[in-house]
Amino acid sequence: MTEEQTNPTPAPKRGVRTSTQIIIWVILMVLLVLVGLGLKKAQNPIIRVGSEVPDFELIMFDGYSYQSASKINISDLRGKVVVINFWASWCKPCEQEAAELEEAWRFYEGSDDVVFLGIAWTDTPNNAKEYLNRFDITYPNGPDLGSRISSIFNRNLGVPETYFIDRNGVLQYVKIGPFTSIGEIQASVDPLIAGTITAEE
Amino acid sequence: MRRLFWITTLLFVLAGLTTATVIAQGSTPTDDEVNAIAKDLFCPVCENTPLDVCPTDACKEWREEIRTMLADGKTEVEIKQHFVDYYGARVLAEPPRTGFNWLAYVVPPIVIVAGIFVLFRAFRAWSQPSGTDTASEGEAGMDEEDALSSSDDEYIARMEEELKKRN
Repeated sequence: MTEEQTNPTPAPKRGVRTSTQIIIWVILMVLLVLVGLGLKKAQNPIIRVGSEVPDFELIMFDGYSYQSASKINISDLRGKVVVINFWASWCKPCEQEAAELEEAWRFYEGSDDVVFLGIAWTDTPNNAKEYLNRFDITYPNGPDLGSRISSIFNRNLGVPETYFIDRNGVLQYVKIGPFTSIGEIQASVDPLIAGTITAEE
Repeated sequence: MRRLFWITTLLFVLAGLTTATVIAQGSTPTDDEVNAIAKDLFCPVCENTPLDVCPTDACKEWREEIRTMLADGKTEVEIKQHFVDYYGARVLAEPPRTGFNWLAYVVPPIVIVAGIFVLFRAFRAWSQPSGTDTASEGEAGMDEEDALSSSDDEYIARMEEELKKRN
C-alpha cells in the first residue's frame, strides 16, 4: 500500500491566472499613482511663504496699464516689491480696505520700488469695472482669467487676500482679510523695501 | 386700388414681424431660462452649490451675467464657454474630457464592473456545497470525493482484516 493511495493528491483549484493577477495589480497601482498625482496637483496652496512665486501674466482691464503695457508678467517685476491684492466687487470687506490700498499705492507710486497689482477674483467684468471706478482705484488691475493666478496662491482663496513679494520674487507675507489702515500696509511693505526679510503668514 | 391694398397689407405684416423680432431680442430672459444654464455651473466661492440655487452675492452676479448674455442672443454653449474662459474649467458641473479629468469618467465604470465580477464569483462560491469551490471546479471536487471514499473503503477493509487476524 503506497502513501499515494492512502493520501490522494487533491485536484488543483482553478484560480485567476498569475498573468491576470499581475495585470490587475499593475492597473491598480497605475490608478493609485494617477490619483496621487491628482491630489498633489490639488494641494493647497501651491506656494508657501518663503518660496519663489512662479511666473504668471495679468491682462489688465481696459483703461489700466503698467509702464504703458496692458499686460504684465510677474517675472518682469524682479527688483521691486510686489503687493498682490485679490478682491471682488461683491465682497464687503474688500470695500473696507479699497481706499487704504489706493492711498498706499499713491504713497509708493513715485518711488518705483513698489508695484501694486489688483486681481478681481470670480467677478463679472462690468461689476469689477464699476467697483474700480467707485473707489477711484488707479493701480494696475485685471481679472483672474481662468482662475489661473489664484490657483497659484490659494486654490481655496477668499477675498480679500493680499500677498507681499520681495525684490527676489519670494513670497514673504500673506494678509488674510482687510487692512484697517494705511499704516498696516506700510508696516508690511517697508521692511521688504529695506530688504529686511520677515517671512511670516 | 386692389394692388395698393395688397402692398399696404404686406408692409403692415413686415412691420409687425420686425417689431416682434426687436421685442423678442430685447425681452428679459426669465429665471427659468437663466437657471437652465446656471444649474450646470458652480462658482469657486461656493464649490458644492450649483449656481442656480446658490444664495451668495457672487452667484447672483453670475446669474445676472447669464441673463445679460441671453438677452444679447448668446447661446448656452457660448455662455458656458465664456465662463470657462473667464473663470476656468472648474466652474463646469461636468469636467471637460481632458488630461486627469478622464479619470472621473473611466475609473468609476471600471470599479463597478470589477466589483460586479468579484461579487458574482463570491456568490457563486458561496452557493456551492462545502468541499467544492465553484461549479467550474465541480469535476475536480467530485474526483476528490471519490478518492476520499475509496481511501475510506481501503481503511475499513484493512481494519476488518486486522480484526479477523486477532480473532
